[in-house]
Amino acid sequence: MMKSLIFTLNGDEIRVEVEPGELLLDVLRRRLFLTGTKKGCGEGECGACTVLLDGKPVLSCLLPAMKAQGRVVTTIEGLGNEQRLDPVQESFLEKGAVQCGFCTPGMVLSSKSLLDHQSTPSEEEIKQALSGHLCRCTGYVQILEAVQDAAEKMSRTSRAPA
Amino acid sequence: MNLRDYLVPHHIEECLDMLSGWEGRGRLVAGGTDLVSNLEYGKAHAETLIDISSMEDLMGFEIQDHELVIRAGTTHGQISADPRIRQLWPALAKACGSVGSPQIRNVATLAGNVVNAQPAADSAVALVALGAQAEILSPGARRLEPIENLYQGLGQSTIDSSREILVTLRVPVPGEGEVNVYGRISPRNSLCLPIVNAALSLKTMAGKVLSGRIAMGPVSDRPFRPSRAEAALQGLALHDREALSEVGRIAGEEANPRDSCLRGCSDYRRQLLRVLIRTLLEDAVSRAAKEA
Repeated sequence: MMKSLIFTLNGDEIRVEVEPGELLLDVLRRRLFLTGTKKGCGEGECGACTVLLDGKPVLSCLLPAMKAQGRVVTTIEGLGNEQRLDPVQESFLEKGAVQCGFCTPGMVLSSKSLLDHQSTPSEEEIKQALSGHLCRCTGYVQILEAVQDAAEKMSRTSRAPA
Repeated sequence: MNLRDYLVPHHIEECLDMLSGWEGRGRLVAGGTDLVSNLEYGKAHAETLIDISSMEDLMGFEIQDHELVIRAGTTHGQISADPRIRQLWPALAKACGSVGSPQIRNVATLAGNVVNAQPAADSAVALVALGAQAEILSPGARRLEPIENLYQGLGQSTIDSSREILVTLRVPVPGEGEVNVYGRISPRNSLCLPIVNAALSLKTMAGKVLSGRIAMGPVSDRPFRPSRAEAALQGLALHDREALSEVGRIAGEEANPRDSCLRGCSDYRRQLLRVLIRTLLEDAVSRAAKEA
């Protein structure tokens, strides 16, 4: 029996018919063709499938899609576009925080959630916020620098006179 | 996951009705971070999931006069971030902050960690040391049981989540002179099960330990309490470092960790436990001294 799932995805309310046991990752990738969310380990160990649920990072590979009912989901496609990147995406590009790119969507989303809740995080807080992500290219230093850079950029913007 | 239905009850009675209706073929899910993986890989079975994570009756926690009441929908992230809990139950806050990763802690619940019955479960180890109890409802019945009584073999809880529901965890408020601490040794700080973990709570007065509870994992089929080490704590002078070290030695002797290719051989893990318990006792004693 298919279930009707209604939720806000990247700012738009959508309705999609899903299997009762379908995972959010599969709904995003296979039904909605939002392939920016990656499937890595499929067991909650790598963080590649991270999306934001009501603004908090969660693992879409372990999340029954029905848990998104009535809630707000943000995937990497909801953050910026080619014309106007999110400051976190900009900083990832500028600091070379992308190698193979497979961990990047998840890393960017956890960073975004951190900076939305804590505008001036310490190095330790950034490491903690990203501790659920593995980068097999081991580009962790540049990723850390990118988040610090994004935090500075965002705090400059918020301090700028209107 | 191949399921026939996915149900979301609005209150506890409706939830129990749903469980009865599915006659053991439905199963409760809260965060689902263990259960979903187990269902995906055929290690668990259910025809339907009954999701309790958005039920208002089961959301959040409150500190009452004598106990902290943690409802079943409360996540590890909520507990580890709360300043009052960090102050009164640092063992629980730290244990909850050690589970999985931030993404896991944002959805995984303490109640789920108890029902999943893994001996390494950080929050369950802390709950046992803190003398916590679980309130369990089934149709027409309510029972209150110490967490350590909820285990029946590796990964097997006495709570049948296809027929009953753990609604709250109840943790006593520490009295004057009571301190609690938690620690773990693991190859990484995140996304990593512990080689060993332990929590302890001590009742102290006038520079002495009156009594203590120690819980350790994963060294048995459940969070394990070393009875001889706990007995050795009674009457111990807080400044007696050698005696504290001896308690660690006894606790290590009582534990029965398995040889593990992931966690190290039994002797090595026993040695780590001795050091971990001694370090935690020293931490607890210095906290008690500060409070005195």
